[in-house]
Amino acid sequence: MSGTSRDAQPTAPAEPMSAALRDKLVADAATIMARYPRKRSALLPMLHLVQAEQGFVTAEGIALCAELLELSTAEVSAVVTFYTMYKRRPVGRYHVGVCTNTLCAVMGGDAIFGRLCEHLGIGNDETTDDGAITLERVECNAACDYAPVLMVNWEFFDNQTPASATDLVDRLRAGAQVTATRGARVASFTEIERLLAGFDDGRADEGPSAGPATLRGVEAASKTGWRLETSSGEESR
Amino acid sequence: MTAQLSPVLTRLYGVDRSWTREVYEAHQGYVGLRAALRHTPEEVIQLVKDSGLRGRGGAGFPTGMKWGFIPQGDGAPHYLVVNADESEPGTCKDIPLMMANPHELVEGVIITAYAIRANHAFIYVRGEVAHVYRRVLSAVNEAYRAGYVGPDVLGSGFELQITVHAGAGAYICGEETALLDSLEGRRGQPRLRPPFPAVAGLYGSPTVINNVESIASVPSIMRNGPAWFSAMGTEKSKGMTIYSLSGHVTRPGQYEAPLGVTLRELLEVAGGVREGHELKFWTPGGSSTPILTAEHLDVPLDYEAVGAVGSMLGTKALQIFDETTCVVRAVARWSEFYAHESCGKCTPCREGTYWYVQIFERLENGEGSEDDLDKLLDLSDNIFGRAFCALGDGATSPVTSSIHYFRDEFIAHVRGGGCPFDPAASTVFAMAGSSSELGANP
Ligand SMILES: Cc1cc2nc3c(=O)[nH]c(=O)nc-3n(C[C@H](O)[C@H](O)[C@H](O)COP(=O)(O)O)c2cc1C
Ligand code: SF4
Ligand code: FES
Repeated sequence: MSGTSRDAQPTAPAEPMSAALRDKLVADAATIMARYPRKRSALLPMLHLVQAEQGFVTAEGIALCAELLELSTAEVSAVVTFYTMYKRRPVGRYHVGVCTNTLCAVMGGDAIFGRLCEHLGIGNDETTDDGAITLERVECNAACDYAPVLMVNWEFFDNQTPASATDLVDRLRAGAQVTATRGARVASFTEIERLLAGFDDGRADEGPSAGPATLRGVEAASKTGWRLETSSGEESR
Repeated sequence: MTAQLSPVLTRLYGVDRSWTREVYEAHQGYVGLRAALRHTPEEVIQLVKDSGLRGRGGAGFPTGMKWGFIPQGDGAPHYLVVNADESEPGTCKDIPLMMANPHELVEGVIITAYAIRANHAFIYVRGEVAHVYRRVLSAVNEAYRAGYVGPDVLGSGFELQITVHAGAGAYICGEETALLDSLEGRRGQPRLRPPFPAVAGLYGSPTVINNVESIASVPSIMRNGPAWFSAMGTEKSKGMTIYSLSGHVTRPGQYEAPLGVTLRELLEVAGGVREGHELKFWTPGGSSTPILTAEHLDVPLDYEAVGAVGSMLGTKALQIFDETTCVVRAVARWSEFYAHESCGKCTPCREGTYWYVQIFERLENGEGSEDDLDKLLDLSDNIFGRAFCALGDGATSPVTSSIHYFRDEFIAHVRGGGCPFDPAASTVFAMAGSSSELGANP
């Protein structure tokens, strides 16, 4: 998907994998494989794991996944190129995804993306020279009631404007600790990739239950006095 | 005329630490599981059939019937797969549900797995939502520690393992058979059906695939009984559901109401279309459902009535656009989305969506001709019903419906040499700054 153009993109060179890193990946991969009845199911999380250690999916990472899952490197590469979250060149410390699907685009996502390109001097899928920010247009991120939306390392930044977005990337580049508008403290790209490989980072308790838009229905309902009747009497509210 | 809201799945959204087991249990959490375990699996399936619950992932297939297709006593492993890939443009109900109330989903998973005799369940969460993934993972781990999941669920002898799996960015993986391929570690491409997943699904074994909201609705049915559930809604569309309002509306958000509420009623609760503007077009259930207009404000939002006006209830993602929005631009962007997300397996979709994008580019740049409208409709004819999976059909929905309702606006792009709209006027910050503040429209 994401296209034939991505397929044409060669994998960037990387630092060779140390023996210690290899051992660590092998051990973590075993943990992942144990979660599935068949080990090939571990491939997607293992590729997230490679990104967690190396910042992107390296040729050596592909070879290691192939070896551990008894696949050819061509089979693994075919999977890598299919999914947009797998990157074949180094990603900045912060991946900034601007939703430019229709709803967000209309509500201001296009303006935000345009402003960030100008401000950072980069285009789609490019990284700033200081290695801080990789900018990408993303598809609908299931936060349309907060449009326009921006994701930083896959944490929600809701209800953005061109000014709030440029301020956000400035703070990220300056190394400030930034917290999602709805979610957790923003971790590095590699830390999030480890989480997505299925390794709990123990931070589920950060952030609120919900943002303001999520709550609007229950707030309105509490005014109209909805009662949840049960067959055996009433339950709550 | 305002909507009667009915928060069940959303009832904990405003509660402090709602995502924890402790808070969930204080609000009837895991009561439904205990009730279900007092029944045989067949009885649980019957209760869900009696409730009238239909799938909330878009197609509205009766949930109990789907479970009933799983062969009982065949000796093969069975699997439950929860579709938490939520990526249909406009759709934003499952992600906040999993963030605020993940235990409702986990409880539903356990009950469903028990009913279909599955000992391993998977929750396939799209990868681009780190905090939601954390909350689901943490809820599953809490459920293990409490003995709700594991070798002997609440001493019943039923064994269940749950794996929380992150996707990696691909809309097509929401299509249920593509999801199975993806979960098996492959490119997410749809499978030929039959065989249906109930017969040969994950690893070729009988598998149930359900949407997050469908599964999360099950505990309330077990707690309160099928009659309670089916008392809500309309004749063939039972129960409560989450409607997501987004776009040019005063208070966008998640509104849970009985099926059959109208957009007019929901807008009333949500403060109406943004001040000083009027409704132009809207989607009833994501970008893959044909757009509707102000003439449809009083259509009951259930499966039958929305179908009767030529659209689909879909995911109940109500994207609201006012008169400042260019419909050609909106549909052009959706077409780019479908072209980007087409898995490339079949020609009508792969080629058709590519040509959509070329034609829309011409129209937006003022290089289009009136013939281009016919070309768009011809392409749509070639995709619709000929594509291998429903993504292709979905791609045609915004194109054909927008030409149907707004042909003049397409013509204006041809005759006027491009788009007559100011994109700055449709933004949320249109009032706040001058248009030079807004940056270029790429
Ligand atoms: C392209 C495409 C994307 C889909 N995405 C989703 C999705 O993200 N979540 C979902 O539950 N269903 C999605 N579906 C529908 C599923 O194929 C399937 O019908 C649904 O998960 C069944 O669950 P339900 O019966 O509980 O609704 C998608 C379908 C298509 C064709
Ligand atoms: S319709 Fe599109 S997404 Fe579906 S199989 Fe064909 S190419 Fe793939
Ligand atoms: S369109 Fe941007 S989050 Fe849905």
